[in-house]
Amino acid sequence: MYSTYRPKERNWPAFANAKPLRLPMGEKLQNWLQSGTVFNVTLYLSAALFVALVLLVPLYLFIRTGTAWAKAVETLLRPATLQVLGNTVLLSVSVTLGATVLALPLAWLTTRTDLPGRRLWAVLHALPLVIPSYIYAFLFLSFLSPKGLLQQMLQRPFNIERLPPIYGFTGAFIVLTLISYPYIFLTVQAALRQMDWTLLEVAQTNGATKWQITRHVLLPYLWPSLTAGGLLVMLYTLRDFGAVSLLQFSTFTRVIYNRYQGFQLDEAATMASVLVLMTGIIMLFESRFRAETAALADEEICDSSRPRQMALGRGRWAALGFTSLVSFFALIMPVGILVYWLVRGLRHDLLNGMVGLVQQNSISLLELLAPAQLSVTTGLLTAVFAVLIAIPITILSVRHQSRWAKLLTTLSYGGYALPGIVVALAFVFAGINFLRPFYQTLPLLLAAYMVLFVPQAVSAGRGVLARLPVELEEVGYSLGGSRWAILRYVILPLIRPGLLAGGLLVFLTVMKELPATLLLSPLGSRTLPMLVWSNISEAFFARAAAPTLLLLLLSSVPLAWFSLRKG
Amino acid sequence: MYDKKLKLTAVWLLFILAVAACSPAEPQTTEVTRIVEVAAENSPGRLVIYSGRADSLVQPIIDQFSAATGINVEVRYGSTSEMAGLLLEEGSNSPADIFYAQDPGGIGAVAEAGLFATLSDETLSRVPSRFASPDGNWVGVSGRARVIVYNTDEISDPATQLPNDLMGFTAPEWNGRIGWAPSNGSFQAMITGMRTIWGEEQTREWLNGIQANNPIVYSGNTPIVEAVGNGEVTVGLVNHYYLYRFLSDQGDTFAARNYFLPGGGPGSLIMVSGVGILNTAPNAANAQRFIEFLLSVPAQQYFSAQTFEYPVIEGVATVGQLPPLADLDTLAVDIPLSDLADLQGTQDILVELGIIE
Repeated sequence: MYSTYRPKERNWPAFANAKPLRLPMGEKLQNWLQSGTVFNVTLYLSAALFVALVLLVPLYLFIRTGTAWAKAVETLLRPATLQVLGNTVLLSVSVTLGATVLALPLAWLTTRTDLPGRRLWAVLHALPLVIPSYIYAFLFLSFLSPKGLLQQMLQRPFNIERLPPIYGFTGAFIVLTLISYPYIFLTVQAALRQMDWTLLEVAQTNGATKWQITRHVLLPYLWPSLTAGGLLVMLYTLRDFGAVSLLQFSTFTRVIYNRYQGFQLDEAATMASVLVLMTGIIMLFESRFRAETAALADEEICDSSRPRQMALGRGRWAALGFTSLVSFFALIMPVGILVYWLVRGLRHDLLNGMVGLVQQNSISLLELLAPAQLSVTTGLLTAVFAVLIAIPITILSVRHQSRWAKLLTTLSYGGYALPGIVVALAFVFAGINFLRPFYQTLPLLLAAYMVLFVPQAVSAGRGVLARLPVELEEVGYSLGGSRWAILRYVILPLIRPGLLAGGLLVFLTVMKELPATLLLSPLGSRTLPMLVWSNISEAFFARAAAPTLLLLLLSSVPLAWFSLRKG
Repeated sequence: MYDKKLKLTAVWLLFILAVAACSPAEPQTTEVTRIVEVAAENSPGRLVIYSGRADSLVQPIIDQFSAATGINVEVRYGSTSEMAGLLLEEGSNSPADIFYAQDPGGIGAVAEAGLFATLSDETLSRVPSRFASPDGNWVGVSGRARVIVYNTDEISDPATQLPNDLMGFTAPEWNGRIGWAPSNGSFQAMITGMRTIWGEEQTREWLNGIQANNPIVYSGNTPIVEAVGNGEVTVGLVNHYYLYRFLSDQGDTFAARNYFLPGGGPGSLIMVSGVGILNTAPNAANAQRFIEFLLSVPAQQYFSAQTFEYPVIEGVATVGQLPPLADLDTLAVDIPLSDLADLQGTQDILVELGIIE
């Protein structure tokens, strides 16, 4: 099967003067990463440096907890709090499953079929990621609450007085699923783009049914990306506050926020430690899943030179229906309401203007430019740094089976399930006490962003690298290439789709980040989500709509680039 | 294929450049500031504000202050609890001069931590004593009343259809018709006031009574007003001024109005947003000027006319739709606002009764 691997035609300068290694016939190739070398030390060191940054957060939580742990434990052991913990687990598991069910077929349809307008759909299905969860939840309720827009539309024709309430688990589940499925969509899409079609053909010619192909070929192939994306969704659900607070479903993050609301920083810290612990447990489970897939992945091959599509035939209408339905709720409905808010506010301004009243809704577009520029700049910077940091961690987590590598990978996710405000306060603590010159400057903000976002880049990269056979690297090594050359000419080009997807994920989520930006950004700077929040919380709907729409517009540019990148 | 890629990359780059080019050129502004600074005999310097009140509410008045004094004002915005948390974490190292809080709870927490300087008697004497901290470390800036917001389709005559005071909403007829936001700062401040006015026992009785009526829980004032407007609930417990944003956004057809409970008690509490000067403020003199400005007639008129709040100084009129503060004063029990700062006790009760987690 390896014969199907054809590297792109290029000069291989690093290999030009290499003498082939003579290997005794039949002897197993040595693992190119086995021995301790400068290369390995560099990998470990750079991962360890990042982990040190992440560990600032639990260290802060430990210090801040101080003597408050007793009261916090008492709160923790209340039946009500235990129920909230149960809610949290229930919600994060269901959202992960729900997001998978949406994202898998959508990723398939938009990359590997002749679905009409599939590239447009590919962009549309990633965009919900950019909508801040509090504003999405608000829009969702405007539409679907018992007396929302939908009910108002149905009232006349069908005489429906009231829709059933969607608060609680149902609403929180739907909202979080719809804003987080793009995590899986993007990571799986990256894998599908690289998939070797012959895998499926071989199965087909051997008489496998569609179900068997899906079950025994496609799913195992996609498993690393799926678990990587699923992990992100699960951890994101743990930390989300906006959606669960508007939809009135109590998860653990709400307990933490209630403590902040009462200015009990110490108790909040103890509660946040519970989330760190939960992250650890989830990571343990996930690494067991991964261990099983690593073995599977060795047998597969990638060949991106032959992208092919499956003809949907008549199924295309069902496919179109599915993809439109998801897009309607995840994107078109919220955008529609935003546009409606904007028009309504501007119309009211116009009327006010005629009678000489204040026109408070018209946001001058110029006012949005500086925040837009800051959002885009920090987004791009964070994406680039996060991908660079993610590379060594990705390689360690997939290629090294050592305890240390596992530990470093697990710890690198340590801050990811925490609400932004917890991570932000940890960096406030570190900045104000030990790094005064950097306090409330861009570098420290970026450092906090790294803790919050690098795991996304790692997950995306890992999903792709786990499917690459290690033999490719070993062949390079046995041909005498240095480890650096293998990194540069074998690994990086092959995991590029994963890294790009990771960078994109980071960019999109930084664009909407709020709590860390509020506390750590340079004084006086403003980003688009700040404008959105400031206006929506004070019920200035029209003024909240404009920056949200701009946020979506700006984010769709790199998304379009990503999804149109390959023919 | 590469062509396409190049094109797209180029478009993206152009796009970034365009955004970058359109943004206000920084060197110019710093240049201007420099000239201003050189020109001024005594440089007006700067002022750093941590604001728990939204950008959309207070930036216009801060701009006016900046324009009038030449002081370079830099503001960090967030929710009151975020900004208070930030200040508590920063402690004596804080770069902030001023904390401007949305509600008495937030400013109370920072005062309790001993982070505020004492304000001058002259400043404090500008407002009625109940609108300032008795220790003199913060002062109220603008007032808001707790009200009942009701749906006008269901309630045509509030005076007869709505109860006289909060206790009336524990009657069974209000089952499933009330919206409240127990995790909201203003709501919790109201409960703190209730504990002072009614005592612990009656407060618990009221909370249990409302709980028994299956209230719909919202995350804050804005969603409550929205839900009352579309008829999802009949009444909501909110601060008075959110309604006016809805009316200015959606016009008078928006089907909700405020009702100021005539029976007095905690249901017609007047609360204030407040400011204090950090005792480590690097620009204390400018901070002092800012507070004086906030308590001046033009600034108070701004709050009255633009944010629909109550002025806290004498001689500034409230806008037409609002009952005058004097009328409310006769109803509201005279409790010092500093009593509203004990959030902890209130939260403990709310947790104990299973209303928040």
